Amino acid sequence: MEKLLHDLVLSPEWYFTAARGLTLILIVMTLAGYSVLLERKASAWIQGRLGPNRTIHPLIGWIPFVGTFLAKGGFIQPAADGGKFLFKEDALPGHVRKFYYVLAPIIALAPALAVLVMLPFGEFLYEGKRYAISLTQGADVGVLFMFAISSLGVYGIALAGWSANSKFPFLGAVRGAAQLISYELAMGLSVLTVFLATSAPGQDHGLSLVAMVNAQSGAWNILTQPIAALVFLICVFAETNRHPFDMPESETDLVGGFHTEYGAFKFGIFFVAEYSHMIIGSTLFILMFLGGWHVLPWMPTVGEGWIGSLIGVATFFLKLCFFLFFFVWVRWTLPRFRYDQVMRIGWRVLLPIAVLNLLAYFAWYALRG
Amino acid sequence: MAIKVVERRPLTLAERTYLPQILAGLKVTWDNMVRPSVTLQYPEERPTIPKNYRGVPTLVMDPNGREKCVSCQLCEFVCPPKAIRITPGEISENATNAHVEKAPKEFEINMLRCIYCGLCQEVCPEEAIFLQSQYSLTGLTRESMVNNKVKLYELGGTLPDGHHKWDKKKEEAEKQAGGGH
Repeated sequence: MEKLLHDLVLSPEWYFTAARGLTLILIVMTLAGYSVLLERKASAWIQGRLGPNRTIHPLIGWIPFVGTFLAKGGFIQPAADGGKFLFKEDALPGHVRKFYYVLAPIIALAPALAVLVMLPFGEFLYEGKRYAISLTQGADVGVLFMFAISSLGVYGIALAGWSANSKFPFLGAVRGAAQLISYELAMGLSVLTVFLATSAPGQDHGLSLVAMVNAQSGAWNILTQPIAALVFLICVFAETNRHPFDMPESETDLVGGFHTEYGAFKFGIFFVAEYSHMIIGSTLFILMFLGGWHVLPWMPTVGEGWIGSLIGVATFFLKLCFFLFFFVWVRWTLPRFRYDQVMRIGWRVLLPIAVLNLLAYFAWYALRG
Repeated sequence: MAIKVVERRPLTLAERTYLPQILAGLKVTWDNMVRPSVTLQYPEERPTIPKNYRGVPTLVMDPNGREKCVSCQLCEFVCPPKAIRITPGEISENATNAHVEKAPKEFEINMLRCIYCGLCQEVCPEEAIFLQSQYSLTGLTRESMVNNKVKLYELGGTLPDGHHKWDKKKEEAEKQAGGGH
């Protein structure tokens, strides 16, 4: 078992590499699909409804207990939705800039998937050495890469808004771009304190996400740096364009925002991209502030050997699921901010707080020596 | 007119951060989430219909199984959308209720016209037509939406009757014929 796990994670053979990549993409795409379901279910519960509870395939519907359970839980719904998107007429409006119009959803989704390369979500011990469970063994520039690439997702939004050649998408795209720039600053500054904590003098971890998680084997960063965590969390909401910051989309004032002119599978790709970005944002928060795959503060692992690392991975995904739920929960709680309020919060509240917080930590680390 | 100045207290620091309000809002939605849902699973679960509901108009029989309608056609005259059409008929001489004299030969209510106003029920001197609890009426053709007499009695069934008007009339007539007081 340990050998197999080791091979699965580390073996340079091409089939193992392919298996790793496919597994990760499958996991994330499934998660994205099912977070759509979660969104629909949780919103229904919050509003006193039941949510999707009828969709079932006749081939599994007859199984006595399982069939009912799957139907009631709406577990077939994402597949049905995807199938619907796939078989709808893929209309191409006459007034769009066709090349960019087709390119936009791809550009929206690709960064979200590319970032997965750097994503570590567990760790295991093999012959005395610790290895990260990740596609790239948690390279040293992990954080930088993730930040750099995941922000590229907004190009998809901007391109969609521009190429659609229509006013509402255009407004949505401009808003999205402005919002991303505004919140990227506060986000980066809030993360710097975490870098300070992990790459303190005498440690050579640099910007590796694995090192960040391991630096949290005692207290998690959310306990030692609550302000940075809060700023980062708010910025993640803004960067993923989730409520209350869903400026690019804002259905009530911009019809559908940047994807007004999109339909069928291209719209589906935007949808999946949004949820993939949520997943990426959540994993970043979990890795940097919530102890990654550590089970509890001051209790990094439970169990020995490969069981322990499996529990670690499970913990990571549990935290991820909680975060996806949290995104949904917040969405159905808060109304959308006005555009000027979004800008004010970004520039006049979050940015000064992040700067002051960073200065305070600078001073503290300097005085401590 | 006196002007009342509303005091607007400045927001406290905690309120200006939004955070306590956001947490309170999250609690509200959480409470809503753990509360059981109020959805009625319609085709499987049906709503309870109140007693005085005005559903599809129906014809009823009295507890003895006699059709109450005497085809006086008042409902036909009062019906605002002219949904009712009655073909009056006679009751044969040797029937037990021959003294009622008239009964509808055919009674049609066009449910495509009916507006469920209930005037027919209100006007009926025989308490023979009632808007009951049937609320979901569908059909595939125009013809199937016209309820004929058989369908109307099927829908209406029997309702309790406190008067037994025609039974009493019969008794009285028999008494008088028998040379009572």
